[in-house]
Amino acid sequence: MLIYEISRKGRRAFAQAPAAAPSSDSLPRRFRRQRPPQLPEVSELETVRHYTRLSQKNFGIDTNFYPLGSCTMKYNPRGANRAAMLPQFLERHPLAPEETGQGVMACIHELQGELAELTGMRAVSLSVMAGAQGEFAGVAMIRAYHDARGDTGREEILVPDAAHGTNPATATMCGYKVREIPTGADGDVDMEAFKAAVGPQTAGIMLTNPSTVGVFERRIEEIAATVHEAGGLLYYDGANLNAILGKARPGDMGFDVIHLNLHKTFSTPHGGGGPGAGAVGVNERLLPYLPVPRVAEEAGRYRWLTEADCPETIGRLCTFNGNTGILLRAYAYLRMLGREGATRVAEYSTLNANYLMTRLREAGFTVAYPQRRASHEFIVSLKGEAKELGANVMDFAKRLLDLGYHAPTTYFPTLVPEALLIEPTETESKRELDGFVEAMVRIREEAREDIDSLKGAPYRLPVRRLDDVKAARELNLRWEA
Amino acid sequence: MSQVPEDLKYTRNHEWARAEADGTVTVGITDHAQETLGDLVFVEPPEEGTELRAEEACAVVESVKAASDVYSPIGGEVIQGNEALGDSPELVNSDPYGEGWILQIRPADPSELDNLLDAAAYQELVADEG
Repeated sequence: MLIYEISRKGRRAFAQAPAAAPSSDSLPRRFRRQRPPQLPEVSELETVRHYTRLSQKNFGIDTNFYPLGSCTMKYNPRGANRAAMLPQFLERHPLAPEETGQGVMACIHELQGELAELTGMRAVSLSVMAGAQGEFAGVAMIRAYHDARGDTGREEILVPDAAHGTNPATATMCGYKVREIPTGADGDVDMEAFKAAVGPQTAGIMLTNPSTVGVFERRIEEIAATVHEAGGLLYYDGANLNAILGKARPGDMGFDVIHLNLHKTFSTPHGGGGPGAGAVGVNERLLPYLPVPRVAEEAGRYRWLTEADCPETIGRLCTFNGNTGILLRAYAYLRMLGREGATRVAEYSTLNANYLMTRLREAGFTVAYPQRRASHEFIVSLKGEAKELGANVMDFAKRLLDLGYHAPTTYFPTLVPEALLIEPTETESKRELDGFVEAMVRIREEAREDIDSLKGAPYRLPVRRLDDVKAARELNLRWEA
Repeated sequence: MSQVPEDLKYTRNHEWARAEADGTVTVGITDHAQETLGDLVFVEPPEEGTELRAEEACAVVESVKAASDVYSPIGGEVIQGNEALGDSPELVNSDPYGEGWILQIRPADPSELDNLLDAAAYQELVADEG
């Protein structure tokens, strides 16, 4: 239901109305509208009820456990929101002169430095709006590096088969061919296939570490040496940084360029709750190509670096200066954590994942890589349940929603059949984790007793099971009354 | 148990190839492959005239779960892609070895077909995965 559908002519909501009618006298006549805008006309109570009901349909981290693998759906602390919403930040115009923006620029400068330090990179640019754009910026910098050296014969980017789909998409967008590297039985990159694939045609490799199968890539130093020896560069997908925050640094592993999802690791609102921020970091050799604008400090004054300062930059990826409100939240979050707190993020997110993995395994579920310690996430394969009980990943996922748990990531990575990728994050208590195990066991019982009933889930949500096949085949994005 | 017709050749990537009487080869994905992918929502066959090497990615199949490449079982020139799949990708689910074929190739070297798996060997591969 849209608010326009309850609109009745002449109704007013006084709490939302301005105290005095604003005047448009100062606007030139040609910019003034000829007719009043078509706004919904609703009473105050109708407005309150409408938006309260909508908010009750939200299924989010503020209401429920949200173990969506690879997405790091951790609690977004209210303190970070409060700091970022100080009126001096909120009311600042992005085109206001630098002299009046020294405060916000100091925060952004400090955040650039802290992220560079945490990841072992030389410099960081925060003007990237989301993770996928961060990937694009990263690979565009790899291309700029090779091009600047006249090394134009490199046309391949290596991507493990377990990678996020955005990795091969990014390489393709940057004009590279994608060469897929298989994953070995232990979850690490298949070294034999990897070494056979590296050569003078290799522009670089895109790796996530810990990987998307939830384990730490143990031979990363050997991989880095091999790629560098062939003249290629290493790109670090920061999706899983949460597991190693303050413990290990991509720069020390040999990565040349990284992207970070501030909306994952640094706890800014995520998943419908706010825009993202996909910071990128580089080592010395990619420094000239970093996107602008960035903040520089000279003798205690802050100023924006632009194309004039960085002539070889790959350019701008957004208007203005990035998602400043999000950057400020990440900044406040990091300042609240401090160095020790950042380390605890890695410790507790890994502890929670390993506890949950062990409990689920003891409860009879199949873990994809039981011989490995989990990073901050792990995979359960429901292949056995699908075969013996006819209950597949989608059935479990839908029923979990009924029981008050957001479903883990389903059917990804695709190399594990009937995969549930589960990431509890560090902000959940043991009680929540135990509740999730009980829910999984209960769903398996329900599958044994009455599979048809399970196939009908969810029962307690605003909508029942959606026809996603029809939605994909007959895409319709236009709302009609 | 998924269907594995006796008269076809198979790849480890779950494509099938059928040698036609006129010397051309028809290619699609197996019953096991369509079952694993689930309901297809999009198929992108190659354009006519495309030159393919064996094991080169030649088409994309997308289901609600995942998008996957289809690899050409043999090298040759694409005579045609199955245009009916544009409107009806579900044909790959309902009839993977018939109306759900994906492309037709004029093979550069028909003996490449001998490198592929026969029905018994493919059956075994699927059983191992299951």
